Amino acid sequence: MTIELFIQYCFAGLTYGSIYAIVAIGFNIIYNTTGIINFAQGEFVMLGGMISISLLPLMPMPLAIALAVVITMAVGALIEIIFIRWLKNPSVLRMIIITIGLSILIRETAVHIWGEGIRALPYFIGNQVTAISVFGARISPQVLVVIGVCGLMVVALGLFFKTTSVGRQMRACSANRTAAVLCGINTRNMVTFSFVLSAGIGALAGCVMSPITYSEYDIGTGLAIKGFTVAIIGGLGNAGSAVIAGLLLGLIEAFSVSVVPLAFQDAIAIAILLVILFVRPHGLFGSSEAAGLKEF
Amino acid sequence: MKRFVSKAVLAATAASLMLVPAAMAGTIKVGAILAVTGGASFLGGPEARTLEMLVEEINAKGGINGDKVEMIIKDSGASPEKAISFAKQLIEEEKVLAIIGPSTSGETMKIKDISEAGKTPLLSCAAAEVIVNPVASYVFKTPQNDSLAVKKIFMEMNRLGITKIAVLAGNTGFGQAGKGQLLKIAPEFGIEVIETEVYDKKATDLSAVVAKIRANKDVQAVVNWSVVPAQSIVIKNIRQAGWDVPLFQSHGFGNIKYVELAGAAAEGVIFPAGRLLIADTLSADHPQAALLKSYVSNYESKYNETASTFGGHAYDAFTILVKAVETAGNDRDKVRAAVENLQGFAGTGGVFNFSATDHNGLDIDAFEMMTVKDGKFVAYTGK
Amino acid sequence: MKRLLSIAPLLVAIIAIQLLCAATGTLYYLTQMTMSAYYALLIIGLCVLMGYAGQISLGHGGFFAIGGYISAALTTHNLEPLQENVLVAALNSLGLLHAGVDLYGGTFLVVTPWVACIVAILAAVLISYLIGVPVLKLKGHYLAMATLGFGIIIYRVVLASEYFGEADGISGVPGFTLVPGLTVSGDFSGRIQNYYIAWGLLIIGLILLLNLIDSRVGRALRAIHGSSEAADAMGVNTARFKIQTFVLSAVFAAIAGVFLTHYNGGIGPSEASVMKSVRYVALVAVGGMAHLWGALTMGVLLNFLSLRGVFGSYDDAVFGLILILIMLFAPNGILSLRWRPGLAKQVDEKGDG
Repeated sequence: MTIELFIQYCFAGLTYGSIYAIVAIGFNIIYNTTGIINFAQGEFVMLGGMISISLLPLMPMPLAIALAVVITMAVGALIEIIFIRWLKNPSVLRMIIITIGLSILIRETAVHIWGEGIRALPYFIGNQVTAISVFGARISPQVLVVIGVCGLMVVALGLFFKTTSVGRQMRACSANRTAAVLCGINTRNMVTFSFVLSAGIGALAGCVMSPITYSEYDIGTGLAIKGFTVAIIGGLGNAGSAVIAGLLLGLIEAFSVSVVPLAFQDAIAIAILLVILFVRPHGLFGSSEAAGLKEF
Repeated sequence: MKRFVSKAVLAATAASLMLVPAAMAGTIKVGAILAVTGGASFLGGPEARTLEMLVEEINAKGGINGDKVEMIIKDSGASPEKAISFAKQLIEEEKVLAIIGPSTSGETMKIKDISEAGKTPLLSCAAAEVIVNPVASYVFKTPQNDSLAVKKIFMEMNRLGITKIAVLAGNTGFGQAGKGQLLKIAPEFGIEVIETEVYDKKATDLSAVVAKIRANKDVQAVVNWSVVPAQSIVIKNIRQAGWDVPLFQSHGFGNIKYVELAGAAAEGVIFPAGRLLIADTLSADHPQAALLKSYVSNYESKYNETASTFGGHAYDAFTILVKAVETAGNDRDKVRAAVENLQGFAGTGGVFNFSATDHNGLDIDAFEMMTVKDGKFVAYTGK
Repeated sequence: MKRLLSIAPLLVAIIAIQLLCAATGTLYYLTQMTMSAYYALLIIGLCVLMGYAGQISLGHGGFFAIGGYISAALTTHNLEPLQENVLVAALNSLGLLHAGVDLYGGTFLVVTPWVACIVAILAAVLISYLIGVPVLKLKGHYLAMATLGFGIIIYRVVLASEYFGEADGISGVPGFTLVPGLTVSGDFSGRIQNYYIAWGLLIIGLILLLNLIDSRVGRALRAIHGSSEAADAMGVNTARFKIQTFVLSAVFAAIAGVFLTHYNGGIGPSEASVMKSVRYVALVAVGGMAHLWGALTMGVLLNFLSLRGVFGSYDDAVFGLILILIMLFAPNGILSLRWRPGLAKQVDEKGDG
């Protein structure tokens, strides 16, 4: 393998990988405060892209993206308030089914709003063929935007959870919900807030990836499955390791192209997931004791 | 007891069959099974909209021979089991004169035998050659044969002196069928396929696989065969990589949306397609010119979206059926025979000449080589 | 005997529907009734797994596809060019192959449907066992994801294999002659026969499951659903019971796949899609997780409406909406709602773990 080919594979892998990581972080935020896996997480990514594209004719792109993120956050809040907030101790099975139902419903609403056609935001820098040279490999600047924005989001989230009061309250919820209630934290609002937050980061990811991958009403499911795979590989609830796991899966997928027919690429991710589930269900980087304490 | 029951049943069936009134005078019932939603909605959507528009137009003009057309569109979501259920429903229950669709080859193959057994003409909007080969007497299709598109591409390659190519295809029925034809016909033209890859119809980035193919220095041209949006991702990734290789696409590229999405990367892509895409540049005396112009302008003004060749397949199916009904009346067998005898009928896909052995009716002239220039489809004239 | 009596109303209804259709000249309804019955067979199997053993499976479309695809591939793949092959010749001399001429004059040599059916079921048993052993050790989200992953792999495999027809699936699957005179096929003439074959099969499956639930196994399953750990402590071999139920439900799915494929004359990748598996879970949930009769009724009703195209382009949306509404307002199934006190009581008596 030449060095150019190697770098080309690396960047391809990092591009998918950072998108997977963002979706996985969205899963983890909600999982940590609620113990729910939100199967509709991928739909937030879809909504971000589709809404920003619809707003684009009316306003400059940065504003359209910002507004799309805000609208998707509002959708996230509404979903939590309407469908989840008032349930008393729902079983895991029930929550899985509800969020799957939500994902179907959002997707079907989207197809009736936007139709089956495919769209895309324009490239942020340059156009479809612009590329910059990195050690002989050629990379679209948008790839760097995706990787950069995802990296920034991870850093910002880390700071948010560490330094802000709301962030600390959310962490308290995930560590011990009862204790958090006793400390006077409104856990219900924290749950709503976690939906808003993960809808927001999902939507932003949906906007920055749109020029490369395009936006379509049904991209959500595929992303959700990949994101969940990554969340489990990293260890459910662990945002930091989700980033590593996401990049790892992206790179494996990119390099797998050189040995396995492309048609089986998706099956590889799932096969890795199954192996992890069978061998180390608490994830590559998670601790089995911590996982044992969680309620599934 | 059991024998008694089954006899009673038979008697009841016979009685009920006699009670069913003959098709009501004044309406011609036509069924359509299209993938309006689901994985093939980019085909079924425009097809359904085209049919709705045409039915409205023809009824506004007083119908066929004074009979109004009633169109029953069933959304199969590209699921064969639904297509099967709907086909039986349309044939026996709605007693339609003919069925238009399905949109995909997989669905069409599932109901080929059903419409044959139900003696109901089927005008498929799917491309695979197995639909009409072997010929089933009631089954027709309007899209051009893949092999013709393949030959058209290979002829151009011979002219350009290209002998070693890479083939990329989407994992839909269209992509698979095209890949099969490319591999099969290549030796006839002295062309060697040295790389083959199949990508998922939902693929979002193909730069890795492009890098892999590019690493093979012998590749002189890339042929991409697909009908899904990922085909514009492929060419984008190729051009981003700075790879200035000649790019060929299939007739599945015939949707301006894909050109817009690929932007600058689409420039210079060579592909065969029906003349719908260059309707405005056809000379007025071309047999397809008038109908193409009117279809494109009517569709675009009604739905505010660009007309594609996919909608054109439904247009052809419907207009062929109308032509047949005009001469044969509201009768399945006569309509079938009328379609089979149709000669020199201009449609969006080309000029149809059906026969007992050819239920597609299009030859290689149906295709024109095209290319993209300044974001528009134009006739390809060679370098 | 008591069990047979509880089935009696269903038998009466089945015959009544057929006679009514015949009398009103609407026999065509039986086409979708037949297809729905096969889907219902899968759904009652899944119901026992989900409702009684408490194990979610988002991959049952995969088992349906294993059944349907194996049977379809074996009965359509022409072995004529391989006639000289020792294995093919041996199979042929054992009478396991079937030669004939198709509609368009081509000759073929294929595996007989009975053999294909048995191979398909054995494959389902084997695969479900191999998958079940590690998967059923998982709980909650992990179990859901692992079964979903299994379904996706099956989908990917059929979509990428030439043997399984890739995106087009397999068509031209011949009828399945169970005994001379009884053939599973979609021919217009065999409709009444097929209606009874499908419903007969469904009733056999139902009796089997009803007996299972009332047996020692059923009590053990309910104990597992209540608390796996407690059941373990009481000496119930939870792992074994879970696996057995999983394999059983997979076999139900595979049989449904085999029969429906022969009835339809073909199968496509959509049968293995995630959406299909989710739909089965939805139907079990709507009927009431631990309620075989509910799952049966809803499975037949909603599949019937969907296959008739009643929901049009909103088919998936309707299922999504039903899923949410039921899980929000009636997590024990639609029949548990208060507005039908008689039935609700029945549900309570049956107990749902």
